[in-house]
Order: sequence, then C-alpha cells, then structure tokens
Amino acid sequence: MAQQGPTSPVPAPTRQDASQPAPNAVREGIDLIVNGKRYRHTGAKDMPLLWYLRDVLRLTGAKYGCDQGDCGFCTVIIDGKAVAACQTKMEKLPGKRVTTVEGLAADDGTLHPVQQAWIDEDAILCGFCQPGQIMAAVDLLSRQKNPSDADIDRIGNLCRCGSYGRIRKAIKRAASAMKEPKA
Amino acid sequence: MSGEVRLSRRRFLKYAAGTAGALVIGVGTVGAVDRPPPLGLLGDAWSQVGPYLRIAADGRIYIGVRDPDNGEGTATSLARIIAEELDADWSQVIVEPLGLGITPGNGQPNFTYGRQRSGDATSIPAAWADLRQAGALGRWLLLQAAARRLGLPADQLRGENGFAITADGRRLSYSDLASTAATIDAPSTPPPLKSSDRYRLVGQPAGDVDARAAVTGTLRYAFDETIGDPVIAVLARCPYPGGTLDSADREAAKKIPGVYDVIDITPEAGQAAGLAAQAPALAVLARDTWSALSGRAALKATWKAGDEPEPATSALEQKALEAFADEAVVPSTVRNDGDVLAARKKAARALEATYFQPWIAHATAETPNCVVRLDPDTSVTVIAATQSPRQVYAVVQRMTGFRPEQIDIQVPRGGGGFGRRLEADYVAEAMAIALAKKPDEIRNRPVKVLWTRDDDLARDYYRPMAVHRLNASLDRKKAIVGWHQRMASPSALAGRGTPENRLWQSELVADALPAGLVPNFRSDWYPLPSKLQRGEWRGSPHVTPTFASESFIDELAHAVKANPLDFRLALLGDPRQLPYGGRGGPIDTARMANVLRLAADKLDWSRWLRSENGLGIACAYVFGAYVAHAVEVAPTNDGIDIRRVVCVADVGRAINPLGLEAQLQGATMDALSTALNLAITVKDGKVQQTGFRDYPIAPTAPLPYEVETVIVSSAADPSGASVVGVPSAAPALANAVFRATAVRVRRLPLLRELARLR
Repeated sequence: MAQQGPTSPVPAPTRQDASQPAPNAVREGIDLIVNGKRYRHTGAKDMPLLWYLRDVLRLTGAKYGCDQGDCGFCTVIIDGKAVAACQTKMEKLPGKRVTTVEGLAADDGTLHPVQQAWIDEDAILCGFCQPGQIMAAVDLLSRQKNPSDADIDRIGNLCRCGSYGRIRKAIKRAASAMKEPKA
Repeated sequence: MSGEVRLSRRRFLKYAAGTAGALVIGVGTVGAVDRPPPLGLLGDAWSQVGPYLRIAADGRIYIGVRDPDNGEGTATSLARIIAEELDADWSQVIVEPLGLGITPGNGQPNFTYGRQRSGDATSIPAAWADLRQAGALGRWLLLQAAARRLGLPADQLRGENGFAITADGRRLSYSDLASTAATIDAPSTPPPLKSSDRYRLVGQPAGDVDARAAVTGTLRYAFDETIGDPVIAVLARCPYPGGTLDSADREAAKKIPGVYDVIDITPEAGQAAGLAAQAPALAVLARDTWSALSGRAALKATWKAGDEPEPATSALEQKALEAFADEAVVPSTVRNDGDVLAARKKAARALEATYFQPWIAHATAETPNCVVRLDPDTSVTVIAATQSPRQVYAVVQRMTGFRPEQIDIQVPRGGGGFGRRLEADYVAEAMAIALAKKPDEIRNRPVKVLWTRDDDLARDYYRPMAVHRLNASLDRKKAIVGWHQRMASPSALAGRGTPENRLWQSELVADALPAGLVPNFRSDWYPLPSKLQRGEWRGSPHVTPTFASESFIDELAHAVKANPLDFRLALLGDPRQLPYGGRGGPIDTARMANVLRLAADKLDWSRWLRSENGLGIACAYVFGAYVAHAVEVAPTNDGIDIRRVVCVADVGRAINPLGLEAQLQGATMDALSTALNLAITVKDGKVQQTGFRDYPIAPTAPLPYEVETVIVSSAADPSGASVVGVPSAAPALANAVFRATAVRVRRLPLLRELARLR
C-alpha cells in the first residue's frame, strides 16, 4: 500500500510567497521552504522538523542522534541560524526557510567551501555526525569570518569517533577559502 | 572463458570475462556459487567468480570491499590493497560495499568471502594475506594480454597506473586489455606479488572514498533506508534485566494518528534467535517515526523488576574486593610464572593499588536499526549496519528456517561500531516483528526498527565494569621482581556457551605486558555476577587491564623516584622477542621501546621533572601494534586542561597513513572522552543513563585541539588500526594528571574522582 497519510508532502502552489498562506490550498497546512523548494506540511503540527525532513521529504542528510538537542547530528539552518531539527516543531515553521546539508552545494554540484574543506582535511570517520558538523560550521562562518579556537570550542556538536582535530582544521581551511576573492 | 588459481586447499582466485569487455576477478572458496553482487561490480559474471574486482572496458575499475566499514576506513584501505597489486589508476576506482557472501552447500552456508567481520583490528591483516592476490592476478592477466597483442614476452612489460607499459615506453590501457585478459589461461601458481619498492598506493595517504557522499548528505546508512516504504517500529523495552511488563495502554497508542498496531515481543523471540538475555518489549508500528514515537509515549508502559534485581556497581565492586581477600575463592589463573608470593617475601619494597572502572556504553553515532523485507514463503532481505554480517545471518536463519540462498544480508556503511555491531539483537527484533501477525494493511510491507538514544543507552552490550588489584615486589635495584594482578569483572562471554575456565578471555589478555618482563608474574581473574548484557568494546580485553597496569607501573616509578620513561625502558630491557599467545605476537621489546621514546621526544620529555604541567606516558601492545601515548596536562581551578596529546604507533606497514592517523586520533579522543566523564550506572535494578546529558560524550571543547601522531615507518606485515589507539591513552592521561595535581586517580571516570580527591 502506498503511503497516503496526512504527512504526505503536498507542495504549495508555485509563484506563491511561501510566507503567506496559499489562497486555494487543497488542505490546510504549514508552508515552508526547504533547500529552495516549497512544501506544505499537513500532518501533525508537533512533528519535529527532523522527522518531516527524513520521513516525509526523504531528505536523510540530517541525522537522528538523541532527540534532546544535545548531539547536533540533526543540525540544519533556519533563516540563517543553526538549530537542532529534532527540537523544532513543524508548527514553528510557517514561512521559514530551511537549509539542510543537501542544499549546500551549488546546482552544478560544486561543493560549498565547508564541504570541500571537510574532504580536503579527510575529516570524516564514520561520517554520521558530519552533516550536522558541517551545518554548524556553516553557521559559525556566517557569523565569524575568522573563527578562533575559542569560537570553534562553542560548537557543541558531538563526534562519537573523535574527529575533532580534523574538523577544527577543516573549519579554519574553509574560513580561508571563503575569504579568497572569487576568480 | 574463465580460469582459476589455487591459493590454498579451500581458497582460490577465479576470473572471467564480464559484460562489455570486462575482466572480473574474485577470491572464492571451494564449492561456492555466488549470489548476485552489488550493481555495477560484476555485470553478468557473478555466477563465475566471487566478486572483488571488475576491470571495465570503459576504464573504470570496480572493487568490492568485503568487510563492513563502520568508520574504520576499510572501504578505502582494502580497496587500495587490491588496486596496488593491480597497478590501477586510483582515480578510476569505484568502491562497492559487498553484502554477506553466502552460498549454499548441502544446505549449509558457505561464506564466500571468509570471515567478513570488522572487529579486533582483523580486516587489514586478513586483506593483506589474500586480497593482494586478487590484484596480482589481474595485473598478471592484463600483462599477458598486452604481451600477446604486442608479440613480446610478458616479462618485458610492467603495470603502472592503469597501463601495461613496455621497456621502450609503449602503453596499452587496462581498459583496452580487459576483454583479452579474460581469455588468457590461468597461471599454474599464484602470480608473484609486487616488491614494496614499487608501491604507489600502499603507504601513501588517501582520503576516505565515501567522503563526498558523506559531506553532501547522500551517504546512505541503514538508518536512511526506505526500501519498499517500510513500516516504522519503535519499541518500549523492559528496562530491568529479567523483568516483566506491568501495564501499558495499547489503545491509547493505537489512537495516535499513523499508528497501525502495537505488538508484543516476548523474550522467547530473542531466544529463538540464539540470543542470551532478552527482556519483553512492546513494538509500536507506525507510518512514520514521529507517529511511532508518539505511540510509544502514549503507551505509558510500566515494568516490574525481576526477582533478583541487577546490583549497583558499588555492590559489584564490594564483591570483587571480598573475592580478592578470600583465599577460599579460586580464580581463573590466566598466567603464572615463578612464584609471586616468594618474590614478595624477599622484596625490598612491596606495593599494592586497586583500580575501579565503570560500565561503559558504545553509544554509536547511528543508533541500532534494521530493515527487514520478508516474503514468508520465499526470501528475506535484511539491511543493517553490522560488524558481523555472519552473526546477522545466523539470527535471520534461526528465526526463518530459510535456506542460505533465501537470505540476503546487505551491509551499508555504518555510523560507528566499536563492538556494538558485533551483536545482532536489533536484527532479531526486526525479524520478530516481520514474522509477527500484523494488520492486513501492513502485512506485506518491510519493517524498519529504529532505536532512540535512550533505547541505545538502556539496552547496550556494555563494556564490563572491572576492579583490578595489583601487587608488585621490587628489589634493591628498583627492578620489578614480582607482579600479581587480580581482575574481577562480569565476563562478556558469560551466557554464550563459553566454558567457565575461558570466560576471562573477553576480559584480559594473558600475555599482556608486563608479562614476560617480570620473573615472578601471576594474573588471576574473578567472575562477577550481573544480568546486564555485556559485549566487546573497542579492544576491551586490552583496555581496562592496560589502564590498571600502566597506571601501576607509573606508581612504581614514582615510588622509587624514577623517571617513568626510564623506568619503563629498564623494564623492557634488552631487545628481544617475548612469546605471546594472543593474536599478533611475539612482542618485540625494541619496537615497544621505540614508540615510547618517540612519544617522549615528541612531547619534549626532558621537561618531565621541572615542568609545571604534568607529563604522563603509557604504552600498549594491541593486536600486533605497538602504541604509546604521552600527555601534557595543566591543572586548573576546577579540574584539568589537556594541553597536548601525542600518539605514536608502529602498526607495521601503514596501508593508508592518512586513514591510520585518523584512526589513532579518533581512538585517542574517544579514550580520553570516556576516561574523563563516562560511566553507565545501575540504580534500583536498571541503567540510569538516558541521553548525552547523563552520558556526556565530550564535544570538542574539553579535548585537545589535536592529537599529534607519529607513525613508525615499518615493512612488517600490517596490523589493524581502529582499536589500537585506545588502551594507552587513559593511563597516560591519569599519569599526567598525577604529575599535574599530585592526585593519583585510580577510579574512572577521572574528572569526578579528581574533584572528590582534591
């Protein structure tokens, strides 16, 4: 049986500002933008964004780690700010713009400088926490172009494999890359 | 056309022509008929060879990696071992994880790829032993094909970076030669392996082959699997070992939108799967994860403890101390050289210390999960992160009664293993649900079991808590002449069919240093009773004993006012080989001394006496690898600041130094985080920890900014890498803390104990 429940994705009408309710909506719902695409959530209002991304949109880059907001595996960026998707209920998201790790690279596949730095520093071990680590780093670098070690220390994301040294180097490498004038 | 080359009585290399001019090479066992391999690897040739290697006519080289990669880097290093012998162009290599290689033979399973187990640092040594041969056969066939085409003797050709090259520089690409190579007659003996001076990949740094997928969020873990739109199952499990269900509101759970059903999972289901300890559970089946979680919350399940509640850790410690003191208690004597009691009577000095280590959880990043797609009449597909696909198979086979050819085990990359995924309890749960009677609307859909973090911490196969008592006797020259170590722990092997006199084998290593260095040496192990599930944890028989022994050696050095480095080097003595019953031996004392000296030099050990910061050192021999840690700690008002950490390792030949460094750094960080803060505790008969707030895996801040690694250059056969950086890190830290604070921490977790003692 195909999945036909109230949490099925119902894209909002195109050419409609997603911050406004769609006038001719088929069903009432929560309109939001994920990685530049419009969606309408018509399921449980208290569903955390993490499970909406993973189960409904099938965007599995944000990982489950603890459902207490402690590990950072599910870090995504909402309106320019890093948040734990497991702690963010859908009812808080009408009109919000969500960026997940899948939305970082350019359409032509060119990686975000933070992603590229992660590869260049070979920062992944098991890799499971890294989408969250990368989103946390993107957030930090959007606020702090020259992050100090103390700034990086304030990233609370956990890496169970202990790749912290290379993550630290990758953040600094990305900071340098993002300062270079674009060719 | 196809051929084969015998490697041993049971194993052989096979090769064949694949589709579109490809050459396909595999390592097989006698009698094997393979199941379909991963897409792209074999084309139509899978029925002729075990899938490891496909050289396609378009220039791409597909390499199958047999051992699961849960972050050990084996997807990269195993592929490079094959690519090296092939003289492949690494940029053209595509790596595919292999599922379980399982073939029928008289109704019994035949494991096509051998052990396929990632644990205890075995993948690399095993690959070194046979995967090189697969690459070498490929090179031999391709060079023969080139020779035939050019009318030259094959010995006038060499392979390099995806080409066969003549002495005068003519080049034929492997892709052009593949179809011809598949028609060449097999050599009568396995082709020779390359000499190491021709290595271009082995020994050179390589980034993880899955890095791009990982950083773009497209690397698919079992947790991300959505095959067949699976029903999501979340379980409420009895938290008491041996406990029972008290009450649950099933109807409330079923009223949650999206919940299909609530079903009982009995302990018998686990027993049917061959698992020892299982407790009852209720499985909430739902359309999506949130509905399942909401349904579980609505259950409000309550549970009753069993007749004999699990004791608190302190009670087990008390039992250990009583056993040590009671001569009527007979331990398992693991090793006994000379006469430790006689040595003690003659000793100039005798010292004793007791060390306490808590229960530890694995807390893998990716929590346990499993997807099962079952057709009750024909077949089952299981997708799970595992370190032991064969253990998964055993559980699935017992629960279904299926023949080998009906069972397909797929193993995607896993989000951390550390020994947790040697167990298949989560597979048994998913199988039990798949086999259970369910409502019609979901009867034929796959089942996906997901564990939340509190599930994971509450129902782990924990690293056993342990108490170690060490007694040493020193002579007038400050040499250790007697060493008696007593360890008490609940064995991780108990309840698994291991005879009682072997239960110590999961707990300690009989010939671990300083065995062999001290003339009168005795090692005793005492069992402790517990109902908690226990398992392997990142080389655990090396881990807790090494904390005790390497702390104690440091204590002895300080007792005789010796520099701990000099004291250790004197203990190691003249270069020699020490017999070693475990894997990897014998122990070469010169290689151990070397890593100690290098670690000390890197940390500028000459500061040891006068530095305001504390410097500590420790070493370990782990599955054939020699490792030393040197740590610098500064005291702070409320604890310590770990300023520098050095890790030096001699693992023999480093297949991928970049990956090896990552393993050493990660293992060190893990060991430090664990030693600083982590403990699983039992209260009122159940595990107390529910998340990262009370089981605080360290974020980056309290850990050192980097782990400075030194990899000893060696041509010795390679050992594994993933666990070897763990055992010596915690004692080096504790030894540094002693120098920094004058407090000897004999109980972990360290920070809590340090605060108590200061």
